[in-house]
Amino acid sequence: MSKARVLVGTRKGAFVLTSDGKRKSWDVAGPFFAGWEIYHVAGSPADPNRLYASQSSAWFGQVIQRSDDGGVTWAPVGNKFVYDGVPGTHQWYDGTPHPWEFKRVWHLEPSLSDPDVVYAGVEDAALFRSSDGGQNWEELSGLRQHGSGPRWQPGAGGMCLHTIILDPTNPDRIYIAISAAGAFRTDDGGKSWRPINQGLKSQYIPDPNAEVGHCVHKMAMHPSRPGVLFMQKHWDVMRSDDAGDMWREVSGNLPTDFGFVVDVHAHEPETVYVVPIKSDSEHYPLDGKLQVYRSRSGGDEWEALTKGLPQENCYVNVLRDAMAVDSLDSCGVYFGTTGGQVYASVDAGDSWKPIVRDLPAVLSVEVQTLS
Amino acid sequence: MIRVVLPQHLRTLAGVSGEVELCIDGAATPRAILDALEARYPMLRGTIRDQVTQERRAFLRFFACQEDVSHESADFQLPDDVASGDEPLMIVGAIAGG
Repeated sequence: MSKARVLVGTRKGAFVLTSDGKRKSWDVAGPFFAGWEIYHVAGSPADPNRLYASQSSAWFGQVIQRSDDGGVTWAPVGNKFVYDGVPGTHQWYDGTPHPWEFKRVWHLEPSLSDPDVVYAGVEDAALFRSSDGGQNWEELSGLRQHGSGPRWQPGAGGMCLHTIILDPTNPDRIYIAISAAGAFRTDDGGKSWRPINQGLKSQYIPDPNAEVGHCVHKMAMHPSRPGVLFMQKHWDVMRSDDAGDMWREVSGNLPTDFGFVVDVHAHEPETVYVVPIKSDSEHYPLDGKLQVYRSRSGGDEWEALTKGLPQENCYVNVLRDAMAVDSLDSCGVYFGTTGGQVYASVDAGDSWKPIVRDLPAVLSVEVQTLS
Repeated sequence: MIRVVLPQHLRTLAGVSGEVELCIDGAATPRAILDALEARYPMLRGTIRDQVTQERRAFLRFFACQEDVSHESADFQLPDDVASGDEPLMIVGAIAGG
């Protein structure tokens, strides 16, 4: 019997939501790490019982937690994130040089094949890797030392590395994205990196076509087509068909193309989901109506999905790591809001129901499909 | 025997319910106490002082015998009452935020 396990990170703890394959009734466990900010919880594809969680606090800094039993029990592992060599400077908000300072882990991405290998995307932006289950962390410093680092600068949420995508067909290829630097790709396992931002246009930066400086909010890929990427940029929904070498806008008929999340249907690589947000200064849905938009054509043509979602007086946000899909039949789609709701659709977005609706503000949602 | 009072979140992280009691060699200084604390509870590394610079985290304060000793050096000799265990070293989180 298949099951779904949803891993939710919030401003005040983590929650683990489980259901059978029907996904109608849910058990809610938590809060784990109560009172701490949980930016992300992720499970290993190679061992679904192996989970990693990023636990942080302005008072006590960064802790990494690991579970070996699917989230029932947890233990802290290594939390020493030290930049390789002399960290140097990036741009501060006012354009002046600012030293690189570790603040927190935004995103954890376990290896596709080895449960002891996990990547961490951190603020200030850098990529770390552990090969011993999170006990020790080493920076893949070729990214930060690519040469463009002094031109990276923080977005409003900080200079975070928030997206890590591992190519299932090529273990040497990894995509990452940083706000606000842009997207990067390595083809040699993380030794060297190059920016993949051609085609992005950002009117809010001095050179709208710059090599780096774009505020990428999230990227997604379908595992069967690892060269096809979708991106929710600050403004604009983008698509690349050549592993990021060139991007084109696919915002099409979206009512607003600002937003944070983007994800791809588990079985239909041309079916894509976004949640349009009114603007960069008004972080809530248009007209108080919470709407997921789905494209079945890989972008350009979008349809609003509203059944079961609040269509009046809704002013929540959906943050960049707060959407996920399961791989059951039919595909389940999940997202969490800053109002503490976690919505689930078991019919690929046609209709929605809240699994829970009164959690702390949701920072991240991941889902594991268990057999 | 040195007594240390931790903030609630660090007691939870370390899996302790009350005060922590530590034996240290030599003078009772913040550095010696934190070294002993982190050796016994490795999960606390980085949560009270930075793992590289050893600087106290900005939102934490150290109190001894009702005095704020946060800005004393790491090698400051704490009062005799702390060294003897009559009074605890209190590690206090700033009351801020929501």
